[in-house]
Amino acid sequence: MAADSYEDVVKNKESIPALEVAPQDLYHAKSFWTKYIFCQDAKVIGIQYGLTAVAIGLVGLVSSWLMRMQIAFPGLIPMDAAQYYQLVTMHGMIMVVYLLTALFLGGFGNYLIPLMVGARDMVFPYVNMVSFWVFFLAVIILASSYFVPGGPTGAGWTLYPPQAITSGTPGGDGLGIVLMLVSLAVFVIGFTMGGLNYVITVLQARTRGMTLMRLPLTVWGIFTATVLALFAFPALFVAGIMMTLDNMLGTSFFMPAIIQFGEKLTHEGGSPILFQHLFWFFGHPEVYIVALPAFGIVSDLISVHARKNIFGYRMMVWAIVIIGGLSFVVWAHHMYVAGMNPWFGFFFATTTLIIAVPTAIKVYNWVLTLWRGNIKLTLPMLFSIAFIITFVNGGLTGLFLGNVAVDVPLSDTYFVVAHFHMVMGIAPVLVILGSVYHWFPLITGRFLNERLGKIHFWVTFIGSYSIYFPMHYLGFMGVTRRYFEVFEGEAFTYSITGINQFITVAALVTGAAQFLFIYNIIVSSKFGKKAGKNPWKACSLEWRTKDVPPTHGNFDKELPVVYRWAYDYSVPGADEDYITQDTPPSAVANARAEQT
Amino acid sequence: MFVVLLVLIVILGSVVFHMVSPWWWSEIASNWVGMDDTIILTFWITGAVFVAIGLFMAYCIWKFRYDKDKKAEYEPENSKLEWTLTILTTIGVIALLAPGLIVWNNFVTVPKGAYEIEVVGQQWGWMYRLPGKDGVLGTTSIKNIDDDNPFGLNTDDPYSLDDVLVDADDLHILLDRPLKLNLRALDVLHDFYVPQFRAKMDMVPGTITYYWFTPIKTGEYEILCAEYCGTGHYAMLGYVYVDEQKEYDEWVDEQMTFEEVLASNGKSDLIKIALNKKNDL
Amino acid sequence: MQELNKRNMETKKDSIIDQLTQKPWDPAQVKIDNSHEGKTFNLHVGKLGLRYLMIVSTIMFCLFIVTYGDRMIYDDWVKMPEPFLLWINTFILFVSSIIFIRIQIASKKNQFKKAKRDLILVGFLALVFLIGQFLVWQNMVDKGYYVYGSPANAYFYLFTALHGLHLLGGLVYWVMTIRKVWNINDINIRKAKHTIELCSIYWHFLLAVWIVLFGLMLFT
Repeated sequence: MAADSYEDVVKNKESIPALEVAPQDLYHAKSFWTKYIFCQDAKVIGIQYGLTAVAIGLVGLVSSWLMRMQIAFPGLIPMDAAQYYQLVTMHGMIMVVYLLTALFLGGFGNYLIPLMVGARDMVFPYVNMVSFWVFFLAVIILASSYFVPGGPTGAGWTLYPPQAITSGTPGGDGLGIVLMLVSLAVFVIGFTMGGLNYVITVLQARTRGMTLMRLPLTVWGIFTATVLALFAFPALFVAGIMMTLDNMLGTSFFMPAIIQFGEKLTHEGGSPILFQHLFWFFGHPEVYIVALPAFGIVSDLISVHARKNIFGYRMMVWAIVIIGGLSFVVWAHHMYVAGMNPWFGFFFATTTLIIAVPTAIKVYNWVLTLWRGNIKLTLPMLFSIAFIITFVNGGLTGLFLGNVAVDVPLSDTYFVVAHFHMVMGIAPVLVILGSVYHWFPLITGRFLNERLGKIHFWVTFIGSYSIYFPMHYLGFMGVTRRYFEVFEGEAFTYSITGINQFITVAALVTGAAQFLFIYNIIVSSKFGKKAGKNPWKACSLEWRTKDVPPTHGNFDKELPVVYRWAYDYSVPGADEDYITQDTPPSAVANARAEQT
Repeated sequence: MFVVLLVLIVILGSVVFHMVSPWWWSEIASNWVGMDDTIILTFWITGAVFVAIGLFMAYCIWKFRYDKDKKAEYEPENSKLEWTLTILTTIGVIALLAPGLIVWNNFVTVPKGAYEIEVVGQQWGWMYRLPGKDGVLGTTSIKNIDDDNPFGLNTDDPYSLDDVLVDADDLHILLDRPLKLNLRALDVLHDFYVPQFRAKMDMVPGTITYYWFTPIKTGEYEILCAEYCGTGHYAMLGYVYVDEQKEYDEWVDEQMTFEEVLASNGKSDLIKIALNKKNDL
Repeated sequence: MQELNKRNMETKKDSIIDQLTQKPWDPAQVKIDNSHEGKTFNLHVGKLGLRYLMIVSTIMFCLFIVTYGDRMIYDDWVKMPEPFLLWINTFILFVSSIIFIRIQIASKKNQFKKAKRDLILVGFLALVFLIGQFLVWQNMVDKGYYVYGSPANAYFYLFTALHGLHLLGGLVYWVMTIRKVWNINDINIRKAKHTIELCSIYWHFLLAVWIVLFGLMLFT
């Protein structure tokens, strides 16, 4: 290992010494409890996050079915307005925070980051382990709100005061809202502990040769999202604490003097708009915390399956970083009609439409990666194509809403619901699904069943598009959101019953298809076609582990050394159409890129 | 091939849906045509982008299908192309933003001569207050609200005596006159929205918000509460009637003023105090 | 070796903009990158982790302070009295920080017996501080300054509670620190120094936060 002088070694180009891992005491689990329950291996933790997120996500999914049933076929499932609003609230909060954020950062982040940067594990494995159990606790607290008198909160996932903590809202004068707020606070604490790991591992624990610009975009996406979380989650925490105090101790941070059902409440002097500022200062970066990992991952999926480097890697990195930064100056576009100072509208409309530019560049680059590629229509690629279509659709409708004057008629209608579901619900979920098909061979050593996968794909893509594309038109008509009884308003130029029923049926069918997916996962993990090492012939390091599935410690006795960026696909002159990141130059002497 | 076909169906199907969709906005009944026009402009620009990207992608999937004897192109970046696309996108964004901000500027600038009406929202119904003959709305406070004074008017404010109180969900307004709505919520957030007028603004307890519009068609228009306000949110409905001057005046005459309400409740002494204040002024 | 160090230092000097505008596929860049050590900062991960946590905390306190500033301009702001006990508590925190500096100096000189003694002292002082804060609360409540009384009250209780919780968290880490120097005969010197340093930085951080919060409340 030790050569005469480092200069000689580097000149050789052959044997750059692997980075010596500073004795990072990797805790090697021995008992059942430390191997599967309180495990410090980031890969196990990632799966724990994933399973927990999906489990609570299924609760959110079923909630959405019940909601849609009420909208389209009222009375078929007995439900009163309070219960409807409880479903609406829990569906929203679960999906955004407990499913998407947890899955992308905790699930994908934990599993992929150490592998892709060439580390053995995260930098603080014990804290990482604790972070999962804190998240688990947050989920338990949230779930417990279903079982308290009064039930869970029905304040809408945005939890606006004063209604969130008054008696006119389900859970408002009971434990429902308190448990929600406590659960969110615990979630923030857990994700601070996790985020610590993701950020610092990417910054400090990369293997030799892995510069920042040699990282795959998956890492860039998750890393930037975690930095956003670092700055944004405290705002949610602050808002939650203040609202809890208003509710339980009678303070008046957000509560002005109000009279409710004839009774004057004791609060006075607070500002409901202050809550909205705090909430959306968190809330807008939050949607980018969900979107940026999806952007990063889909870049890699497209690249691998089109056998072509991602087009414009540098711009892609910059776009991720700029979108991340800009996401902190657009929050009040959720408040255009909230009654704030009208001059804010000018500012936030401008910043919001500016953020469209780097986002558009990413879209162009994905599509330009397909151009002159060598495209394999595998399932990950199909999901990526579906992502592009749905994300472009959802992103473009954002331009309607971001333009403040246009937001006036459209705000609080189904146009908004359609927009955010398309851009946050459908597009990132398609990426998640595609990436499971992509990384399943790594995690289990087997492929998912192709035929079931194709059915799952087409039903999911066409189904989800059919749910949300028509919904925009309900918004144009002025159909207001968060209505328990959707009536044939006189302002509506055409009947909305039929279209609502169509949307509901599409939702149920799409939802059912996900069970096909879950079945596929369960059966294929035991009986799926064996995949071998690096079946997709990808360049990034997660495919270069000693064992498949990778074991604790990820790589061989020596960490890999990185000699190239993550996208050396179809390099002219090379024998194969890919060169892995840890392939030294001498092994691919013919490749044009090597000739210096 | 199948994939290309379905991508084309989705893209072009969306366009066709848009063109034949019976679900479209109602005919506008206010001056805010600018909002509708900006939406149409946005549709043209975003629609073009959506179709262009979709078709280009379909072409790529078809043309560059996997061939094991071929290799993809190796082009890490093309700065010129990327900058060109960036500039084009920026131009597109400006084309959307500029008209939008002009309309917004109009929206937040209430024209001189607009008359005012106060809309009061509380779980889960509407009330209204007109300034009456003195043209000024009296001041209010939550502290004053009780059964005799549901609007919470300050009894020692002389301007409040002639305020016309409408304790019902329905409002009448004048045709072709710019109207500024002062929005006051008594308990939680609400939003006074009539789809045909296009305008809306949240009503925030603790403050008074506003928006303005000019109705251009007589008729009966449904009010929808557009900010979640608890379990009765969906039932917080009402009607706005756009009247010619004659019908409007008739309706106003039918309503009671604050002075009349106080008198009918036997609170004449309060009236005397307020009238004295008026004389002092 | 000197040349190597120089090269390493050169790559470390690259600003963030430089690093993000590199072309990783460019053969000249490839040569430079191949010997990169995989680190962006020349900092131990523990220190970086502590900074991360301090940033999150700072943002949280800043947001509270911004809302505080926003609220205090309204008419219904009623000032709170200044209990003398708060000054004493501040002094205790100040002394703890000074003792921590003494601990840091001792640990640098490998004098762990001294460090351990001072650590116990600091722990004791922290407990005294927390009890003192609690007494201030009781004092306020007795005088009739309830948390729901006025926004100034609410913020007072909020600020002191959050700061106190952070101190409790610090005490958890203090336990881990003192464990590393508890058994004088079995000390992992590198780890002990590292943990002591992190603990003391955190303590100074909490002092700084308290000074800002206390000062803010004093002047309004």
